[in-house]
Amino acid sequence: MEEKLVSLKDVTFKYDGQDRNAVDGVSFDVSKGEWLAIVGHNGSGKSTLAKLLNGLQFPGFGSILIGDMELSEETVWDVRKKVGMVFQNPDNQFVGTTVQDDVAFGLENLGVQQQMMVKRVQDALNKVKMNEFLDQEPHHLSGGQKQRVAIAGVLALQPDIIILDEATSMLDPRGREEVLDTVRELKEEKILTVISITHDLEEAAKADRIIVLNQGRLYREGTPDEIFHLEDELVGLGLDIPFSVKLSKSLREKGVDLAGSHLTEEELVKDLCALNSRI
Amino acid sequence: MRIELKDLEFRYQMNTPFERLALHDINLAINPGTYVAIIGHTGSGKSTLLQHLNGLVKPTKGSVVIGDRTIEAGRKEKHLKGIRKMVGIVFQFPEHQLFEETVEKDICFGPINFGVPEEEAKKKARIALKLVGLSEDILEKSPFDLSGGQMRRVAIAGVLAMEPEVIVLDEPTAGLDPRGRKEIMDMFYQLHKDQGITTILVTHSMEDAARYADEIVIMHQGSIFQKGTPFEIFSQPEQLIEKGLDVPETVRFQLKLQKELGVRFDHPCLSVEDLAGEVKRVMERGSR
Amino acid sequence: MLDKMIFGRFVPLDSPIHRMDPRSKLLLVFFFVCVVFLANNLVTYAILGVFTFILIALSRIPARFLFNGLKPILLLIVFTLLLHIFFTKEGAVLFDLGFVKIYEGGLLEGIYISMRFTFLILVTSLLTLTTSPISITDGMEQLLGPLKKWKMPVHELALMMSISLRFIPTLMEETEKIMKAQTARGVDFSSGPVKERVKSIVPLLVPLFVSSFKRAEDLAIAMEARGYRGSEGRTKYRQLSWQTLDTLLMCSLVVLTALLFLFRS
Repeated sequence: MEEKLVSLKDVTFKYDGQDRNAVDGVSFDVSKGEWLAIVGHNGSGKSTLAKLLNGLQFPGFGSILIGDMELSEETVWDVRKKVGMVFQNPDNQFVGTTVQDDVAFGLENLGVQQQMMVKRVQDALNKVKMNEFLDQEPHHLSGGQKQRVAIAGVLALQPDIIILDEATSMLDPRGREEVLDTVRELKEEKILTVISITHDLEEAAKADRIIVLNQGRLYREGTPDEIFHLEDELVGLGLDIPFSVKLSKSLREKGVDLAGSHLTEEELVKDLCALNSRI
Repeated sequence: MRIELKDLEFRYQMNTPFERLALHDINLAINPGTYVAIIGHTGSGKSTLLQHLNGLVKPTKGSVVIGDRTIEAGRKEKHLKGIRKMVGIVFQFPEHQLFEETVEKDICFGPINFGVPEEEAKKKARIALKLVGLSEDILEKSPFDLSGGQMRRVAIAGVLAMEPEVIVLDEPTAGLDPRGRKEIMDMFYQLHKDQGITTILVTHSMEDAARYADEIVIMHQGSIFQKGTPFEIFSQPEQLIEKGLDVPETVRFQLKLQKELGVRFDHPCLSVEDLAGEVKRVMERGSR
Repeated sequence: MLDKMIFGRFVPLDSPIHRMDPRSKLLLVFFFVCVVFLANNLVTYAILGVFTFILIALSRIPARFLFNGLKPILLLIVFTLLLHIFFTKEGAVLFDLGFVKIYEGGLLEGIYISMRFTFLILVTSLLTLTTSPISITDGMEQLLGPLKKWKMPVHELALMMSISLRFIPTLMEETEKIMKAQTARGVDFSSGPVKERVKSIVPLLVPLFVSSFKRAEDLAIAMEARGYRGSEGRTKYRQLSWQTLDTLLMCSLVVLTALLFLFRS
């Protein structure tokens, strides 16, 4: 049995003055070392969920367990040491005047000794490959670079979990790639458990598991393979399906003898090659 | 209305220590009623280029011809309002330009600035609101009470209500979810088809460019690297990849398949449907 | 937009003055402003001048930047000079132009005061030219540190200042962007009657305020998520280090003051 790091039970949350619950009876677990993607269209409740996980909001009903701590007003500051967040807008989370100051910000808050800070800032920036930009000011960085600095700011605090709250949605394709590559490497090195909240299905396809949210409720949960099998159902929810899934579906409809759906282009090419040699 | 850029060059901060060349040797003609996509990396000069299309910046060399007006480097230009009425720009994250108390007032702001009487502007606001797929009951609401997606649409309606002949779109769908993205892109395409509005789309998405545009302009390091129909451009995908530029996912897949399967496609496929058909055809041909 | 503001802007070079502790530079400016008033004759002004020029030479700042800093004040300096020349009636008459007499005292006083002005401007701009804004903030925070005992929110002020510094370029960019967007919607920011131009500020300011509030809110959330809960228990990443050079600078100030006392009349 894998170690459970996060556990949500019947979490429900309503904003003041709204009729509908923004998050409605959501339960799920996250295991250590896993990459979980939470997808849903804008307004599906996924960003609210992110805020609940970090104690920026508290559920009206239900419970959230991080490690062995139940998230509450008393434990929130300890929970935040375990959960790092990267937000959507790269500019609005850059606190420091330079890259290194920004990475150090969280460490200063925790009262880490200065020599220790220097080392941890260096290490964190090495991991996101931004170590050559120590004294750079934020307005000279690209969106992708700023987000990588934000990730370094999280890494420096050595949390167990990183939550990416639509962290790539304001970036250009190159920036998105940079950020996702960074996250993938961190996950592979088993440094972090990743929860990425997104509407980018290409990003979700890289996760181990996907949760689909719709109108605040948990609509489906499964591996990317299982989720993308839903095909048109996802489109109906305002989402999209990855290119290779689309193509494989279209090929099957045209009578090409393919078994099942294809999550990556490589798989599809491989199957087509196999098919070709068989003919 | 025709737009032409001739031997255009643009430098930021001319004659200061901070001078920087942003665009050079730009020659581009945009014919009335076409849909042109301008593509390139961040920093390739595409955003600077689009600001020349209605006189927001003036070239430091060369000239811009917009309809019967010519904006020439080194000449003082006045009364550019006429140009700006004809060429509407939807900037990236246009919801940031909303400021009025009500949605109606905000949409009417552009038309009234260009001398449209208030009553008529209100009519135009209603038409524009319908175009962007919003209902009239939000007219009296504050734009700041709307959802992000609705704000985006109101801002776009504000530009459409000016009834421009040319519309310039700078990444109009950035940050939207897939459904919102498709709805907005389809809406602009419909407008282009129905009303013959010249549309200039600045985008990172090769897929959108391939799907909607009649002509694609590829920017690289401040100049035009290639221009042509999507078909022409993506017939030589290798050249684009060499420059570190993307190609549509369908074309990328074709390349992979050509390499692995040792087959040849006759033409670049720009839609999933087309690609599926071609893959099937190529494989059947190969087996014979 | 930002690039047009050259006055007093930090010029990152490598010089002894650049390397000095911001605290010593702040103290230098503070004391210099005081001792400047000790000078009252040719010798003492010459001493101040020599001191200033040694500092400038050490900083390796190109004269062009310093001159730019002086430009806005130049008019004021010339004006005071003329004022004294024509209106101070002390000492012997130097020239008699019939309708006005120029006195020796007036001329000297005028020259002294303009020199005092020039030195003050030069030394203060030297501070901003050789010290990054964030170092100045750090230096201030440290120097004002003792005031915390009297419940002065020194840390909060310093943080506010450093966040403002961080966001100035972002907001400048944003202003330019919104200006362009509204220009494209038919607003004319640069010509037309004054009334119209004042009105055109609204479509610029409202979006700017809205986005600044949004940024502030986002930033507050991000800071909280990163464990910010005020100054208590907080350590500092940026360390200031007081070096021999700084002590030397302080000594030179003492020498300067002594010299000024010795030679003033």
